[in-house]
Amino acid sequence: MKVNEKIAIEHGLKKEEFDKINKLLKRLPNITELGIFSAMWNEHCSYKSSRLHLKKMHTKGKRVIQGPGENAGVIDIDDEDAIVFKIESHNHPSFIEPYQGAATGVGGIMRDVFTMGARPIANINSIHFGSPQHKKTKNLLRGVVHGIGGYGNCIGVPTIAGQTCFDESYNGNILVNAMTLGLVNKNKIFYSKAAGIGKPVIYVGSKTGRDGIHGASMASAIFDEKIEEKKPTVQVGDPFTEKLLLEACLELMSDKSIISIQDMGAAGLTSSSVEMASKGKLGIELNLNKVPCREEKMTPYEIMLSESQERMLIVLENGKEEKAKKIFDKWNLDFAIIGKTTDSKKIEIFYDEKKVVDIPINFLAENAPIYDRKWKKTKLPQKIKFNVDDVKKLKITEVLKKILANPNISDKEWVWQQYDHTVMGDTIQKPGGDSGVVRVHGTNKAVATSVDSSAMYCCAHPLTGGKQIVCENWRNLISVGAKPIAITNCLNFGNPEKEINMGEFVECVQGIAEASKYLDYPVVSGNVSFYNETKDKGIKPTPSIGGVGLIKNYKKMVTMDLKEVNNLVIVVGKTEGHLDQSIFARNILSEKNGPPPEINLFNEKNNGETILKLIEEGLIESAHDVSLGGIITALTKMCIRGKKGIKLNKLKTLINKFQYFFAEDQGRYIIEINKNNIKKVKEILNNNSVHYDELAIVIEKDIIIDKEPILTIDELMIANKKWLKEYMVQ
Amino acid sequence: MKSSVIIFPGSNCDRDMDVALKKFGFNNQMIWHNDLELPKSDLIVLPGGFAYGDYLRCGSIAAKSKIIKSVISFANSGGLVVGICNGFQILIEASLLPGALLRNKYLEFICKNVFIKINNSENKYFKNIKKNILKLHIAHNEGNYFCSADELKSIEDNNQIAVNYCNKNGDISEEINPNGSIDNIAGIFNKNKNILGMMPHPERMIDSCLSGGDGSLFFENLLKNLK
Repeated sequence: MKVNEKIAIEHGLKKEEFDKINKLLKRLPNITELGIFSAMWNEHCSYKSSRLHLKKMHTKGKRVIQGPGENAGVIDIDDEDAIVFKIESHNHPSFIEPYQGAATGVGGIMRDVFTMGARPIANINSIHFGSPQHKKTKNLLRGVVHGIGGYGNCIGVPTIAGQTCFDESYNGNILVNAMTLGLVNKNKIFYSKAAGIGKPVIYVGSKTGRDGIHGASMASAIFDEKIEEKKPTVQVGDPFTEKLLLEACLELMSDKSIISIQDMGAAGLTSSSVEMASKGKLGIELNLNKVPCREEKMTPYEIMLSESQERMLIVLENGKEEKAKKIFDKWNLDFAIIGKTTDSKKIEIFYDEKKVVDIPINFLAENAPIYDRKWKKTKLPQKIKFNVDDVKKLKITEVLKKILANPNISDKEWVWQQYDHTVMGDTIQKPGGDSGVVRVHGTNKAVATSVDSSAMYCCAHPLTGGKQIVCENWRNLISVGAKPIAITNCLNFGNPEKEINMGEFVECVQGIAEASKYLDYPVVSGNVSFYNETKDKGIKPTPSIGGVGLIKNYKKMVTMDLKEVNNLVIVVGKTEGHLDQSIFARNILSEKNGPPPEINLFNEKNNGETILKLIEEGLIESAHDVSLGGIITALTKMCIRGKKGIKLNKLKTLINKFQYFFAEDQGRYIIEINKNNIKKVKEILNNNSVHYDELAIVIEKDIIIDKEPILTIDELMIANKKWLKEYMVQ
Repeated sequence: MKSSVIIFPGSNCDRDMDVALKKFGFNNQMIWHNDLELPKSDLIVLPGGFAYGDYLRCGSIAAKSKIIKSVISFANSGGLVVGICNGFQILIEASLLPGALLRNKYLEFICKNVFIKINNSENKYFKNIKKNILKLHIAHNEGNYFCSADELKSIEDNNQIAVNYCNKNGDISEEINPNGSIDNIAGIFNKNKNILGMMPHPERMIDSCLSGGDGSLFFENLLKNLK
């Protein structure tokens, strides 16, 4: 088949891009070469719209061993230990086929982590669905949850945290972001950079089939009503094979046989071979007749673009082939020497003894297009003047019950009970708290992790929203007593060719960069998912931030459940009464405009570090950050978890009580303190100039707010727990 | 005391079990599924996981693996064999225990803490155990124990029910049945009570910071009874 412009456009390339390919090659590419270019130059692999802006990210820090650009980021957690972690999106495939889409998302991110020599120790995820009333939502939710569980449970890696959100902007584009943390000895990290000439290139894992051909291009396309036809481009996961691949790779990694290793993810054999060669400034030669194939008569085009799962590409030291093969034989996995590294700086591919591909590596990598796309700034919306009379008619207790039952606040036990969260025997904080926490096996250390997004805030004002998520994520780690170390981000946005969407991206990135720099909370890995758009309707800008923190002595970990009657409860951080964009404003007052709460990075850092100090001194019994739904929502969640009641003090504030209880001002925490420690705690807060209000006292089982009717914990628990369970069985 | 944990491809609680056994004083070794012979052992453990991917009926391929013949002859000669979760499924598929484990009643994987009540403590596993009601953890998709009415009668007549799901006070009711098992059965013995299969994972509850320490009682007690 002779390649022409029409075929190139069908491959997702623009006319100008096709012209550029012809110019670089000084000839027309053949169909296999065109396939390779289209895979390497699409948004998903090339980051062509985002790369310019991603450079602004803060990526360095004392504990950063490896920042962005590798399979995953790596941070130092003292001694010989390091944590490898990354988050990745699998949005498009999950919408088309929720079970397999989500499952292979989890499989893919785990491979990114164990490719670097790390044993995965925790999975977490952030999933966003359309309005609960939308006809597709329930099945998508069920499918995605089954898929995440189906894969992670089988591999035997605990899923310890996550978030599940609903908003109509995801009706036609759900988000499935999966993150994995792995533990590695910091002197035994493996990288994807190839080195040395004439080294054998090894293919291991599953056989190559016709599944997922052009998955990466699909992930960079906009959806329309024909999307169901794309089902064959969704890969099918096999967690059992991945488990074997994990064990086999770690076994091979126990000595020095491997020079470089790369998993075959998006764009399969194409991107893995090109990336290895590109990073090592080498050439690579492949013989496709040697590739283990599942189906007969696969063409070079299909072999190079297949996204069959559970495959790895390895560059081995010469002479280690036999030993490596033995390991893969033991685990019953395919092992084939399919090529070698060369000094040609080209990718040269042979099939049936004919050369079918001959492309200089730099055409595919460095020469890939970069776009400085036009973008539009979002103005800070005007503050809303809330009508005091409207608010006065409401009862706090009634509003509270409604908020607790809101799909975005309600308890997500139905979701996480389907994930094995205790396998590996080190989970010391399960899903449902501020962060999931696992011990570092065999040590006194633990790592905490949380993933967060705030699409409402990001949509109202992307710059503030970007900062806010980083801060919220940081607070979630602080709340369990972990020192936040670094983050990974998954940037889910609409169509970058539209100025408004591109603007949302640019400003969210700027916000993330500012906050992460100020908090010394660097970005070490991540991915970008554009074109989350169906029939011209894009999603709200939804960057999700996955953070990792270190607890030096896991016995000092804090949880959010209230512990003991007569303890005092304090709000740390100032409550100004910011209601705009809050759950209260949006869902109770139906006011969807206004700016998100302001971020004060100085206070954020100071409050957070002071809380850590208090935890370090053993002065805090329980802690929870204040986020969606404000103080009263956060406090009731602590009550529900601890099965304890609370009596609120009379408010000593100038703002009205709705503002006080439901405002979503940032930088705040609720902490429970034993009476004997109160003096010491106040001293530390005062010495660090941290604002605090004495809020309440822990009692047996009622919630007593001012003159409002008394609520029981059971009532609130039902309000909080029943929505999702009932929704799923309706 | 010597114990052996069998590793099948796809086992994923093998390490957890190894950690637990060693913590309580067993001299444990890991045995690969392709081995033909077992080392001299006082206890054989089939751990949880997804042996061979469980793509066929859970445990069915593992029940045909090379090592299983030795496990069967060890069990038939009175040796102690315990299967947890996937290990329980394998014991059933290998016909060492009666009945079947179906998909959970609500067709969903369940991972949560449960209480189990020890029904029969006249055996090496539970004799003299300090508590009669244990808080343990379950994590499975196919733990819905099923058998015919005749089989159930025979199981009951021979006092083969090991543990039942119950509430924290030990009451056994359908309401707290997590997966639809007949009579809330969470684990059973063979007639001789040397083989035990159960869905809950004691190895995940060996430390108070891991949502409880009742799994410790199981291991400590077993070791004491073996001595």
